[in-house]
Amino acid sequence: MAAAQVLRSEWTKIRSVSSTVWTLGLAGVVTIALGMLISILSRNDYDSLNAKDRLTFDPTYISFAGMSLGQLAMIVFGVLVVSNEYSTGMIRTSLAAVPQRGTLLFGKVFVATLLALAVGLATSFVTFFAGQAVLGPYRAGLGDPGVLRAVIGGGLYMTLIAMFSMGVAAMLRSPMLSLGILMPFFFLISSILGGVSATKKIGRFLPDQAGSRIMQVKTPFDDDTPYGPWGGLAIMVAWVVLALLGGYALLKKRDA
Amino acid sequence: MIEAVGLTKRYGAKTAVYNLSFQVRPGTVTGFLGPNGSGKSTTMRMILGLDAPTTGQVTIGGYPYRKLPNAPRQVGALLDAKAVHGGRHARNHLLCLAQLSGIPARRVDEVLGVVGLQDVAKKRSKGFSLGMGQRLGIAAALLGDPQVLLFDEPVNGLDPEGILWVRNLMKALAAEGRTVFVSSHLMSEMALTAEHLIVIGRGQLLADMSVRDFISANSADFARVRTPDSEPQHREKLTAALTEAGGQVMPEQDGALRVTGLPLPRISDLAHGADVRLWELSPHQASLEEAYMRMTQGAVDYRSTIDQRAGLQEQLPPGAVPQGQMPVAGQGQPGWYAPPPPQQGGQPFAMPQPQMPQPPQDPAGTPNPYAGAPQPPAAPVPAAAPAPAPDLTKGATDNEDAAR
Repeated sequence: MAAAQVLRSEWTKIRSVSSTVWTLGLAGVVTIALGMLISILSRNDYDSLNAKDRLTFDPTYISFAGMSLGQLAMIVFGVLVVSNEYSTGMIRTSLAAVPQRGTLLFGKVFVATLLALAVGLATSFVTFFAGQAVLGPYRAGLGDPGVLRAVIGGGLYMTLIAMFSMGVAAMLRSPMLSLGILMPFFFLISSILGGVSATKKIGRFLPDQAGSRIMQVKTPFDDDTPYGPWGGLAIMVAWVVLALLGGYALLKKRDA
Repeated sequence: MIEAVGLTKRYGAKTAVYNLSFQVRPGTVTGFLGPNGSGKSTTMRMILGLDAPTTGQVTIGGYPYRKLPNAPRQVGALLDAKAVHGGRHARNHLLCLAQLSGIPARRVDEVLGVVGLQDVAKKRSKGFSLGMGQRLGIAAALLGDPQVLLFDEPVNGLDPEGILWVRNLMKALAAEGRTVFVSSHLMSEMALTAEHLIVIGRGQLLADMSVRDFISANSADFARVRTPDSEPQHREKLTAALTEAGGQVMPEQDGALRVTGLPLPRISDLAHGADVRLWELSPHQASLEEAYMRMTQGAVDYRSTIDQRAGLQEQLPPGAVPQGQMPVAGQGQPGWYAPPPPQQGGQPFAMPQPQMPQPPQDPAGTPNPYAGAPQPPAAPVPAAAPAPAPDLTKGATDNEDAAR
């Protein structure tokens, strides 16, 4: 009963602010547009590739190249959904209406997750088809082995990034602090850690690197990653669960 | 009914609320008074289960808020008028709160009408004035038609018409048998709205009584009687006569007498009977505001100092007379009916100040910024200029000691 009320209320909250439309819209547009751009460049570049690179040429993963930027908009969405309550002070009114704090937090996360999943899946499919259309002769089809898993996985990846951000924002409360930590982390630090050979073994267990594995259809030759696509997604899910539980524990304990 | 027992809240080393016990009863408006930072909002948050008390507990209808069945339908609160998402329009703000509490959407339109915001219902609250924000907050508190209502500073930012509206609304809600708990730092407003007062300072209970009792206990009406200076024996005679008739007589520093417990005509008759001439017989009344100031002055956390503007002034050449030393009209000049000066550290009338009209001296208890500075000859300052700063500190420590 209380849960249904929270869900209805959270839906009203989320649809009645313009930041929802902006962040989710931007996530979709950026991912699709950048994916198409990279796909065009890759197509023009294909002739200069050597035989080895041609073998591991992954048209599905190339069309998802825009996600590295698009996920930033998803992070902003996840952070704002939670921290808006704190920055406006409305959390007090909300918690006075729903003294069961867990119900409020998970109701909010649930509604925002459903919305992110819908947008994420739509973005993923549109990105895939747009990218393949641009790739022309080198394109992959949805029926090729592993491709459907990668495309659905792309939507799940975006959703999980948003969920992780919600958990972090629930812990940190301040939108500026949350964004200031999450944005550079996912845009710079994670890729630096994953790119340098010394830290690569640690870097690949970070949520975005483990999770993005599900979007790859073909793996590189020298790949020694100890997990598969679903294993990687499971690692990301573990991160998300950890962040949300942390947020819940702090919300439960803390003065509002 | 709200009941607090031994409520204490510490934030690290700072104690925001200490050992607060009180009851808020249904059917009346209960005013919750205290200076800024005295713990009013913290107490309100603890009542609503938002902050957990360090020790003690507070219950509504016998339940701690978090265990209260159907809490949002029983308790409505306005905590902070600015606590709305500026990008959300007024109706949606109320709608999401209503849905959170399982209240039908048509109730939202009702309360929007009650607070007079129906015309801006679809406007983003970003553009609202503070007064409109207060109305929106009050609307949110009324949503569930609750039996217990809490308002934290509801008249802040309202225009006079709005203040009157809030006052009548509170009274009407209480008349319907609801429990109405209203915090404010404005004594004058509470005197008009509330029937019962809970006064706190520095997180501790200073008074818990009806407004009528508070007035009679603190308003301190007295008569000032002055006999001719040349005949001190007449003064003794009159004191004896007045005391015999049941009045309390306290001597003032300049030789006048402060008489309580006797009406003015009776004092005159007694003086006439004792064959004592009077140079002065005047009524004095300390306002409720004064009584409140006196009560809370030891408990004020944020006290302003005089702006000396020294940082803005150029260095004067040696021997030059500083400019701008003339007293400002209406400031620092004791009125004939000035209430007892508040620099006695919460001990009413213990150490009365001279009340004769005289050159600048500050009855408001602020240190005279000109007292120590070189004076132009035109504005001499009496040698007995008050130096109230030590008194204030003394008052504050007295207060703390007394409370322990």
